[in-house]
Amino acid sequence: MRQPYIGFLLPAAFLVCGLFLIPIGQLIILSFDGFTEPSLRWYAQILETGSIQRILWTTFRIVTITTLIAVLLGYAVAFAMAHMGPRQRLLLLLCVLVPFWLSVLVRALAWLILLRNNGIVNETLLATGLIGAPLPLVRNEFGVIIGMVHYLVPYAVFPIFATMQNMDGRLMMAARSVGASPLRTFIDVYLPVTLPAVFGAGLLVFVFGLGFFVTPAILGGGRVVMLSEYVSISVLQTLRWGLAASLSVVLLVATLALLWIVSKVVGVRRLLGNA
Amino acid sequence: MNKAQEKPIALSIRNLVKTYGKVAAIDNVSLDIASGEFLSLLGPSGSGKSTILMAIAGFVTPDSGEILLNGQKIDALSPEKRQFGVVFQGYALFPHMSVRGNIAYPLKLRGIKGAELDAQVERTIDLVHLSALADRMPRQLSGGQQQRVALARALVFDPSVVLLDEPLSALDKKLRAELQFELRSLHQRLGTTFVNVTHDQEEAMTMSDRIVILRDGAVQQIGAPDSLYNRPSTRFVADFLGRANFLEGAVSSVNGTELKIDVKGIAVRHAKGKDAAAQGEKTLLALRPERIAVVSPDQAKTSLNRIDGSVQTSAFVGSQYVYVIDTPLGTIESQMPAFEAGPLRQPGAQVAVTWSPEAGVLVKDK
Repeated sequence: MRQPYIGFLLPAAFLVCGLFLIPIGQLIILSFDGFTEPSLRWYAQILETGSIQRILWTTFRIVTITTLIAVLLGYAVAFAMAHMGPRQRLLLLLCVLVPFWLSVLVRALAWLILLRNNGIVNETLLATGLIGAPLPLVRNEFGVIIGMVHYLVPYAVFPIFATMQNMDGRLMMAARSVGASPLRTFIDVYLPVTLPAVFGAGLLVFVFGLGFFVTPAILGGGRVVMLSEYVSISVLQTLRWGLAASLSVVLLVATLALLWIVSKVVGVRRLLGNA
Repeated sequence: MNKAQEKPIALSIRNLVKTYGKVAAIDNVSLDIASGEFLSLLGPSGSGKSTILMAIAGFVTPDSGEILLNGQKIDALSPEKRQFGVVFQGYALFPHMSVRGNIAYPLKLRGIKGAELDAQVERTIDLVHLSALADRMPRQLSGGQQQRVALARALVFDPSVVLLDEPLSALDKKLRAELQFELRSLHQRLGTTFVNVTHDQEEAMTMSDRIVILRDGAVQQIGAPDSLYNRPSTRFVADFLGRANFLEGAVSSVNGTELKIDVKGIAVRHAKGKDAAAQGEKTLLALRPERIAVVSPDQAKTSLNRIDGSVQTSAFVGSQYVYVIDTPLGTIESQMPAFEAGPLRQPGAQVAVTWSPEAGVLVKDK
């Protein structure tokens, strides 16, 4: 069979190889000190150093919580969007998209202004007398999670929305007709049919979240150090490129492992929306 | 003649109206469906047939009118409380459940478990001949097999009424014919009331005890397939159910049981039967193509209506010859059994068309 469009693949293939696979190969070599004297010392250091392990654990914890919240909110927004009238849908779509167009820096700073001790939220709560002292809403994990969830919700909304919109409404009617209440229909039919999209969205959000840098740096206020920030410090300040590389490899392997697990659970084709 | 007169009424629809904007999807429809009857709602797309079915199922809320099941109003009941088996267009099988899972689901909702559940599911799977495929997922099945699963899922909980929304429309012609007979025999065995929506007149004729012909949301005519086919009341019904030639004219004389109708200056004889028509009245005569014979022009004159013409097109379609003949009355279509009609006449051939005065039926022009 002739494939006349195969030529269109070449630029993309070239870009992926030249700008992505080769640097990653170099990164892996670097993490084993492969350009000088091969060793496993950076990996040993990761295993031996408590502070690095704490950073890995913090990263994993924050990203997991963020993913759960973002997917839950995303599911609700997608559900509303899929089942409301076209005009309302457009409005809601705008509400989801507008923050999407703002830079991550602007958004993190906006949250800082809202959530800091003398920010709008705390001032309001103090003025109404609901609290006696400002709540610690920022420069901690709470603040980081708020910022990350805010950034990542749209990434959860769209894959779930696409699946919900393509779903045959007659499935739900069929469930009702054989005796299922609206709630049962949701639990037995709607949820299982949209679940692959939920996993897909969760994976997207999780992988994205693992590499977050700006939001934790600003809303964590230096107290919540996540992996990317530590890698950046290793590259720019402590100049331990081997450590940065090995941490990046750990991140890469973790991501691929997660992708593999989820694809085993739901199947790659369903993950890509081919339910 | 039809079962509605013998058996108790299962489902009753009274003055049902549903409008979308300014369009009436259901325009004051009243129907009585007898217990155990196989009734088809037949009409072109946009005739409101599916909307009526969905109103019965509870998925469409009518603007006015009422629906009664065994004399009880069910308008206020949600779909799951109505306990009708519904086969949806496109089948709507649950993609994450196996064949067995799909069929067991209605029973599980009713709290049936264990051996009883298995026994009822197996029985229904056997009923639709799916035993070999019970553990497959819906996407691994062909269209005909999916249709059977959908039917089994609608039947497994023993509903008193089964609603079918274009159940066979997605299948190819041969399979459709097979399943029509299967559905028909299933209905006869179960004795359940079936309400079927279709746009396929052949399907409606094959399966139904009675057919309701719908147009623009309103009932055109209700009757058994043969009475609708032989005694259509309007041009629309005659045209939609089967094929028909239409001759417009006016009654020139009434002679006992026979009318003479003047069609474009030619006298056409029509045995009026039940048709009431007074002299001078405008009439529309519907003639089925199979009642019209194409003969040689030199063939002896008969007592039949006879008019000369020439073959415009001719075709051999297996069992029949199909002719379109140019005549002074306009073009007339004829279908003749091929085995007794000699060789096919070619376009341009001079012929005569004949039909008996009893062949036609007067219909209203609407």
